[in-house]
Amino acid sequence: MNDGSDDAAGPEVDERAARRSVLRAAVGIGLYAAAFGASFGAVATGSGLSAAQAVVLSLVMFSGASQFAFTGVAAAGGSALTAVAAALLLGLRNAFYGVTLTSVLAPRGASRFWTAHFVIDETTAMAVGQRGVRLQRYAFWSTGLILCALWQLGTLAGALAGGIVDPADFGLDAAGPAVFLALLWPGLTSREARWVAVVGAALALALVPVAPQGVPVLAAAGVAVAAGLRPGATRTGPAS
Amino acid sequence: MTGLWVALVVAAVGSYLTKLAGLSLPESVLAHPRVQRVAAFLPVAMLAALVAVQLADGGGRYAVDWRVLAGVAAAVVALLMRRGFLVVFLTAIAVTALLRLLT
Repeated sequence: MNDGSDDAAGPEVDERAARRSVLRAAVGIGLYAAAFGASFGAVATGSGLSAAQAVVLSLVMFSGASQFAFTGVAAAGGSALTAVAAALLLGLRNAFYGVTLTSVLAPRGASRFWTAHFVIDETTAMAVGQRGVRLQRYAFWSTGLILCALWQLGTLAGALAGGIVDPADFGLDAAGPAVFLALLWPGLTSREARWVAVVGAALALALVPVAPQGVPVLAAAGVAVAAGLRPGATRTGPAS
Repeated sequence: MTGLWVALVVAAVGSYLTKLAGLSLPESVLAHPRVQRVAAFLPVAMLAALVAVQLADGGGRYAVDWRVLAGVAAAVVALLMRRGFLVVFLTAIAVTALLRLLT
């Protein structure tokens, strides 16, 4: 690694070292995506989706939380409409990632169409975490391509294995909540956000015995809207 | 089963269009402070709700599997120790699987 004594070598060395460390992080994220994808495939087929449906979700939807939400609601007997709404509302954050990423990636013309597919939590976090547009673009694309490839492979493996083994035997029923928690964690920096999380969870929990499947999670979206539009709130949101 | 396919395709294509909209809409729309706040809170509220529902919902009634609960609690410990996604994920499923094997 760069020990600081090679200043004379200039920015290229820095850039190469930085790229190596970005790539290492991207591979780490990819490995997690493979494991998470496998659990998605197994859970999806275990809860009534066909292997083809699980794979199509990973290929086209390509947003883990939305996929789990859709599968969870649809499989538990929720209406198609609540399943679609849960997936789309949860994926709404990707639109805002796009706003952040537009300045970094500056996609023009047709390139916007394939760039858009890779706008997800992990690629945004990786791009935003780097300094300099070149490194940010490198982080976005290396993370996006590695993660996407391994996510698909993981899903396929999990979907095929899911029909043979019980995902619960491997503790995979804990995978969804654990990953959602990990995704949620960095967003809990402000007191307000923690309140939104607690009230959203409490409301959803209270609605479990009385509302149709999927509705409790949608109701929590109302908490976010109310908190965001609350008059007197002058500070900008907790997102960075 | 075709109903599920239709919902699946609508949700999947809708998700893609959401991403595309973010790269295409004029910045003034999505950069509005109120809109930004709602957008920042949406995943917080919905992910928290998803965690709660997945831990406690047994098909319209409360049902908690303490082994899953223990796995997720272990994940919280990993998060408090600032571990990465992979460690958090593996901790949760390993603890749950182990407890299920032992009990």
